[in-house]
Amino acid sequence: MKGKRLLIWVGTAVTALVAAMGISFIGDEFAGKNAPFVSERNATLIARGAYLAKLGDCAACHSIPGRPPFSGGLSMGTPIGAIYSTNITPDAADGIGRFTFADFDKALRYGVADGHTLYPAMPFTSYYNTKPEDVQALYAYFNYAVEPARVPNRASDIPFPLSMRWPLTYWRWLFGSKPVPFKAPAGFDTAQVQGAYFVDGLGHCGECHTPRNAFMQLTAVNRADGPQYLTGAIIESYFAPSLRSDGAGSLRDWSEDELAQFLRTGANSSGIAFGSMSDVIIHSTQYLSEADARSTAHYLKSLDSQDRNGQSFAYDPSSDKALKRGDANSEGALVYLDNCAACHRPDGRGYERVFPALAGNPVVEARSPESVVSIIFRGSTTPRTPQTPAQFTMPGFDWRLSDIQVMQVANFVRSNWGNRGPQVTLDDVARLRTKSH
Amino acid sequence: MTTPRRLKPADAVIIGYGWTGAILAKTLTDAGLHVVALERGPARDTSPDFEYPRIADELRYGIRGELWQPLASETVTVRHTLNDTAVPYRKYGSFVLGNGVGGAGVHWNGMLWRASPEDLRFRSHIEQRYGKHFIPAEMTIQDYPVSYEELEPHFDHFENVCGVSGVAGNLRGTLRPVGNPFEGPRSNEFPTPPLPAIYAAQLFEKASAELGYRSFPIPSANSSVAFTNPYGVRLGPCNLCGYCERFGCFLYSKASPQTAILPILAERPNLEVRTSAYVIRILQDSSKKRATGVVYIDENGQELEQPADLVVLSAFQMHNVRLLLLSAIGTPYDPSTGNGVVGKNYAYQMCGGTAAFFGDDVPINPFIGAGAAGLRVIDEFNSDHYDHSKVGFIGGAMIYAGGTGGRPIEQMLLPPTVPQWGRGWKAAVRKHYRHSAPVTLQGTVMSYKDRYLSLDPTYKDKYGIPLLRITFDWHDNEYRMAAYTASKMEEIVRQMKPESQATLLMKPGNHYDVRIYQSTHTTGGAIIGTNPENSVINRYSQSWHLPNLFIYGASAFPQNIGYNPTGLLAALAYFSADKLKSSYLKSPGPLVSS
Repeated sequence: MKGKRLLIWVGTAVTALVAAMGISFIGDEFAGKNAPFVSERNATLIARGAYLAKLGDCAACHSIPGRPPFSGGLSMGTPIGAIYSTNITPDAADGIGRFTFADFDKALRYGVADGHTLYPAMPFTSYYNTKPEDVQALYAYFNYAVEPARVPNRASDIPFPLSMRWPLTYWRWLFGSKPVPFKAPAGFDTAQVQGAYFVDGLGHCGECHTPRNAFMQLTAVNRADGPQYLTGAIIESYFAPSLRSDGAGSLRDWSEDELAQFLRTGANSSGIAFGSMSDVIIHSTQYLSEADARSTAHYLKSLDSQDRNGQSFAYDPSSDKALKRGDANSEGALVYLDNCAACHRPDGRGYERVFPALAGNPVVEARSPESVVSIIFRGSTTPRTPQTPAQFTMPGFDWRLSDIQVMQVANFVRSNWGNRGPQVTLDDVARLRTKSH
Repeated sequence: MTTPRRLKPADAVIIGYGWTGAILAKTLTDAGLHVVALERGPARDTSPDFEYPRIADELRYGIRGELWQPLASETVTVRHTLNDTAVPYRKYGSFVLGNGVGGAGVHWNGMLWRASPEDLRFRSHIEQRYGKHFIPAEMTIQDYPVSYEELEPHFDHFENVCGVSGVAGNLRGTLRPVGNPFEGPRSNEFPTPPLPAIYAAQLFEKASAELGYRSFPIPSANSSVAFTNPYGVRLGPCNLCGYCERFGCFLYSKASPQTAILPILAERPNLEVRTSAYVIRILQDSSKKRATGVVYIDENGQELEQPADLVVLSAFQMHNVRLLLLSAIGTPYDPSTGNGVVGKNYAYQMCGGTAAFFGDDVPINPFIGAGAAGLRVIDEFNSDHYDHSKVGFIGGAMIYAGGTGGRPIEQMLLPPTVPQWGRGWKAAVRKHYRHSAPVTLQGTVMSYKDRYLSLDPTYKDKYGIPLLRITFDWHDNEYRMAAYTASKMEEIVRQMKPESQATLLMKPGNHYDVRIYQSTHTTGGAIIGTNPENSVINRYSQSWHLPNLFIYGASAFPQNIGYNPTGLLAALAYFSADKLKSSYLKSPGPLVSS
């Protein structure tokens, strides 16, 4: 009796669906252990919250130009439609003014708000480790120091039924980090502890710098969680490089001082920030206290390298000598001379904190060609901080260079002066030319 | 005629956002004033406007002048003598006028000199050395009311702001074996070291040494290394690209307001910069003792009034004078009576050159060049650095070697005997392009009773407002100065042993020809002095007439020097800025009793 069998199948499917949704609903409602909030307009607490909000870079998603701070509205593309960041000002109607401390904590560390799981664009998978006193500071800041703004949240562009949220609960259960407060890993010195707390947590460096798996979950959320932690990942049309010290394309040759300087000013003798990292420097890490910047650098430099036998970069002067001799026969040499050498120089050393060196530059040597090729196409402007008020712009060359020329010059810079970056293919270049528009 | 719409008052309004406009914008916003800067041209920045490689386009920028003032909208008229009728300067030749944010500070070469100590008291110095009757009656030169010693810290500061490359010849009174032996004492060494001499300059160095002269690197606002200036702004390094004057610098190395000052002004909440804002008048109150603001035309053609307590006029030498005349501030100079000061003492520079043509074995490679870096100069024959008792003129010229580039349209040096077109010309270019070197003299022009600026009676700009009229021609003094210094220049070139050489020089009978580039060092018209009868501004660049009006630029120079003027006019601006900070802003009023 086909009809009855069909009915049984449909009935079972519907029941399973309803059960799944119900379980998700219950799971979201009861997520999070309630913690009490000490409700005071404590200036020290608020100031600490302001600092932590900068470190967490809440503004990156929740503040957009032309709108009141933290009122949301940033459009973030997904394969199924754009989603929009929410209003986290203390407005009672449109913002989080009605959030209790428990609600706030749940959103921040568990990724649950308004009865549903948040899209992991909200990096609760990193914020999970925030200490209770710091969550209190952030709550105090957002309640007492941010101006309430009547800006309603914008619904996502995702069409029904894909807009249903309940599958996210399962994602969170499978892939979200266990929201336990930060505990200092054994064997860490004080600076490492401080650095790890920031990098693994509010700094959420891994959200860009750690590779993801098939369901877009991070392959590792901290050092203990797996060897892929901070080994580099593709973000938009750039490659966020490895933050470990494991060979070509990593931070192996950056000292702690240089790393700290980079975080606070966007530039050091080895390179200058670009792409999304520029925004991070400008809105977030430039505000790191000197101590926090140092401990961050210390922690990153202490990460075990996968390739302890990897050599340090060794500068090779023969490329420079060849160019100065008038020998431009190697692939891409002439393109380099005609377009790049004016600023980056025949010796590939650029000018410190003006035009980044290409020789020994982790971005140039990275295993993925995304950044190098995207920058050749679109150029880049250095970030502006109080210590670096002058901004330098590399122009884009997409109008001037063919795909073949871009491939040639990318290979030139990746293989000269001692650089050992892998070859770029014509397919890579063609793909990135369209991606950059 | 409708009344201009009155805008919200500002504490200060700045007319013209070039070098001195930027210096004053920083000073006044540092002091907490709410400042509105009005620039008639467009916003400009290294990116996107001077980006490599698009900026290296000689036709677009060097000939058609895309960065310059469009002469079809506004120009000047020129005549030689009082009896002539002036006609408009319709095509760029003799001088080049900046436009847009940064003004001429964008497209200059970057030669950044001070003045010799005697340049600042030139009249007294000449009279003391040669006697009271040495100066011809028709010369109206006069002393500055400020000394080299008073300006020294400000010369030094501006050189640091610009990352100037060079080597000191006189360090705190000690003469050194390198650098300029004639310069006044410097309190500090230059902020960046000089670039090596380009080949033509090396040949000049050797030849001039053999003749007993002391050549040295021209002080260059083309930073030789990546450098951070006292404002925290980082400059890039010069790489001798050959696209300096007339172009914006793509390497962030040529000092300009954009590369040296504007980055720290970028996010100041008390500074508002309005571009496409063409100031047509400075307003005064009914007592005519106080400026009350300006009227300007915005990009929609609307006339607007910007009221302000303090008016800074920094619109470039010529436009400063034009605005004073249009606004009826002070008495216009009348050459027939000698009365009045506005427009008086207009001066210029007399330039000449000798081209040296070498054989195939001498690789001059002229495309390697910068505006100032890599060039070498001698100062023996400038100013009053030598005995003038028997030469029959006053003043002199600096003589320098090396080209600023090898650009095909304007920098193709060829012997005067070759065909001007066709096969013969092409052959000559092939033969001479990599083997010819220019040696140049840039000399003083004194001020005279019959050389001045006024409003033109006939010609008007695109808004119907009278143009500025230049009444100028050379005087005997300048022809003789040029002839004398050219003879020294030719001697040096002969010593460089070229296959042939050719000199271009102004001789008596050659009138001022607006078609031939001299320099853009036009000076005077709103000169600095000791009292309201002999000048328009006092030693603090404050108008004698309206104490809340300050005027900056080479309009202050009572006569011209042989050096490029930017260092001196910037030092005067910083000297004034200090006084604004310490006295005027606390207690506005006349800073010098008249």
